[in-house]
Amino acid sequence: MKPAPFKYIAASSLDQALSLKAEYGDEARFLAGGQSLIPAMNFRLARPEVLIDLNGLPELAGIGQSGAETIRVGAMTRYRALERDEAFLKSCPLFADALPHIAHPQIRNRGTIGGNLSHADPASELPAIATAMQARMTIKSAKGEREVDTSEFFAGLLTTSLESEEMLTEIAFPVPKPRSGSCFMEVARRRGDFALAGVAAIVTLDDRGKCANVRLALCGVGDTPVDASDSAASLIGQSCSEAAIEAVAVDVQSAIDPPGNVHASADYQRHIAGVLTRRVLAAAHERVVHG
Amino acid sequence: MAEAAHDVALTVNGTSYRSTIEARMLLSDFLRHELKLAGTHVGCEHGVCGACTVLLDGAPVRSCLMFAVQANGSELSTIEGLASASGDLSPLQAAMHEHHGLQCGYCTPGILMTMTAFLREHGSPSEDEVREALSGNLCRCTGYQNIVDAVLKAAETMRTVAP
Repeated sequence: MKPAPFKYIAASSLDQALSLKAEYGDEARFLAGGQSLIPAMNFRLARPEVLIDLNGLPELAGIGQSGAETIRVGAMTRYRALERDEAFLKSCPLFADALPHIAHPQIRNRGTIGGNLSHADPASELPAIATAMQARMTIKSAKGEREVDTSEFFAGLLTTSLESEEMLTEIAFPVPKPRSGSCFMEVARRRGDFALAGVAAIVTLDDRGKCANVRLALCGVGDTPVDASDSAASLIGQSCSEAAIEAVAVDVQSAIDPPGNVHASADYQRHIAGVLTRRVLAAAHERVVHG
Repeated sequence: MAEAAHDVALTVNGTSYRSTIEARMLLSDFLRHELKLAGTHVGCEHGVCGACTVLLDGAPVRSCLMFAVQANGSELSTIEGLASASGDLSPLQAAMHEHHGLQCGYCTPGILMTMTAFLREHGSPSEDEVREALSGNLCRCTGYQNIVDAVLKAAETMRTVAP
């Protein structure tokens, strides 16, 4: 047997799952899709004493109605369900760009959005997408409920602000305003690998075609997803010209502090971040103008 | 912590099985060691290679990234169920044979399960779609070209045979 022994409890309700977590605290882990936790357990890098399996809780899965200003997505919603929901992808087009980059179909059939975000891998796509979209995370415990934004949720490398008795239960994604265009791109060594760097952009234009608002977030270049919207703010009030976009890319490159890894030096990650920033901003702008 | 035993009941290729197992038993090990269905191969055991791919209620998943206890009540399909009872190969198996889509054969069960599910949803796939669908299965022998040819041929055969 590869994983160390553990006590397995298939939760039969959200309340039960939360009270079990309150009882066992840090000794217990929630089991969502298991596509990051189980490999870690197979290597015995993770050795939870107790696993609380959430897969039998349909109340935690589901995609809210499209057409609303905000779409709420249950934490146990699998990537595959998001990928196959045309209306959701139309409302939140960053997902249409990003989901095919997440591992492979076999992994996407199991992995969940809540598990992904709670794992907080900075090279993963969805934390950057959630940051770009200014998602709000609903966190529950046996004692109550709170809502945080992504900057509060992602606390560090593989670390969130979830307390030991808490669970991320739902994520609310504000739908981009009319006259917005989005784009996500990444560079990875192989299809499905973690990104060496990835960039998500949402560009909103005003009636004159000038940039009214811009959101920019990166994955793979820090301990957490990096919100680079401040670097992009110089676009606001401007037309999204090549020169204006180039200035943003240069600013992003100096603002980030990529860690470097066995696949890419820090300098190369910084280079990719600049190239992708230019490309996603130009593509997002193009998508507003030409649909 | 003391290990509790868990009862699981599931079907594999239409046959019902019941067993009592430890929670930490991976689905891949359960199939191979408990049910003696050793056609599902185990490569990396951390979700990268795809050799252990099986169909869980029709959808391809990594059986090394699930505990067997989680498959309680599920319907599984494995490589052992692809050929007919009389031994006739499925169109995909036959095309893999004809096109020399395997050499050592270690990755083949995972590739067949992945692409069997893919062909159910993609009757007329492009070569790019086939390559994208194959991206989660590593093969170190063939260079993939013959596998791609086999999948495209199988799709064509299935279009002609299907009513």
